[in-house]
Amino acid sequence: MSNTTDQLIEMLARDIAPIRRLRPPIIRAAMWLGTVAFLGAFVIFTFANLGVFIARARHIELDVELLGSFTTGFLAVIAAFYLSLPDRSPRWALLPLPSLALWLSGSGASCYHQWLINRNGTWKLGESSHCLLFILGIGLPLGAALMLGLRKAHPIAPLRVAVIGGLGVAALATFLLQFFHPFDVTMMDLTIHTIAVAIVVSIIAWRRSWALG
Amino acid sequence: MGLEPDKRWSSEMAAAQSGDAAAYERLLRDILPFLRLIARRERVPSDMVEDIVQDTLLTIHRIRHTYDPRRPFVPWLAVIAKRRSIDAQRRFGRISAWEQAAPDQLETFPDPAANIQIELEDKREWLHRALKDLPRKQREAVELVKIRGFSVSEAATASGRSAGAIKVNIHRALQALRKLFEER
Repeated sequence: MSNTTDQLIEMLARDIAPIRRLRPPIIRAAMWLGTVAFLGAFVIFTFANLGVFIARARHIELDVELLGSFTTGFLAVIAAFYLSLPDRSPRWALLPLPSLALWLSGSGASCYHQWLINRNGTWKLGESSHCLLFILGIGLPLGAALMLGLRKAHPIAPLRVAVIGGLGVAALATFLLQFFHPFDVTMMDLTIHTIAVAIVVSIIAWRRSWALG
Repeated sequence: MGLEPDKRWSSEMAAAQSGDAAAYERLLRDILPFLRLIARRERVPSDMVEDIVQDTLLTIHRIRHTYDPRRPFVPWLAVIAKRRSIDAQRRFGRISAWEQAAPDQLETFPDPAANIQIELEDKREWLHRALKDLPRKQREAVELVKIRGFSVSEAATASGRSAGAIKVNIHRALQALRKLFEER
């Protein structure tokens, strides 16, 4: 054994203090999601125009989109908590992918329908810019809160944790956005939503070393 | 000691999590051959193996709270060791891509006494620069404990970090300085 390794072991073992084990990832994910659900419900019931939302929710495309974005956010956050631990399979990263496909197909169908029939000339950056700001404004603080929860594990593969966690918070922000969206998604909206989700995921992945300790 | 390694290591880690220093030291010594084996299997150059092993030990220390004694220990350990080997090789690859062999500088003064003074100045300047280039937490820890003579617990209080973090920072800083010194 080299001298420095020997010294290092002695140093680490000396004065070792009892530590508190991390709670199981499903419990930590449930606590985080529960807090976000509580805050989200408060925001929706306080500020959203539920009449407009209920009228829009009669379209199956919106229901599919809502289900897709919510499930993607929910599952991606759970996956991120599992991925933050060293001995959990990297295959947890696949968990949100089926719902991501559902979300994208729901958005695609909705915007295709609206683009062709109801809203001509939608390729203007008007109200869509509000969507961008909404997703960034909700997604980034949620991302910071999620990273605070995940950094306790000091993930040894931070990139995949950050990407999946970023996808989760961006999906939850997009789900929340639908309660404040006074019209159905158009091609322009979809593009803006996709850009916003990509920005949230990229910023979190870019700042992963700092965010995840 | 008759237990198979996974069960023995698992119970030693559980004891270490409760603050049993002897069990922790025994565990860290026991796993060394396994860590070296993984580093070699990941094709880490032989002169880097011990660095990777030490890096892995530090990582184990930092994330020991993530181990759940209800789960097997070896997969937890193997992933950490493998990851540290891969990270170190990437870092090494990035550094060597930018490195260039410099020709030896053999200029000296004919009077050996003059060289001593110049070398001393060089060393002082080198040390100053090397300390300045260390990450902030490592530099602070070295300055407080090794230069100002604080004890580890005093340095921990002064910097608002744990004693363990101060020790790890000092170890890392000294390792980095040693490496820089050898590369001079």
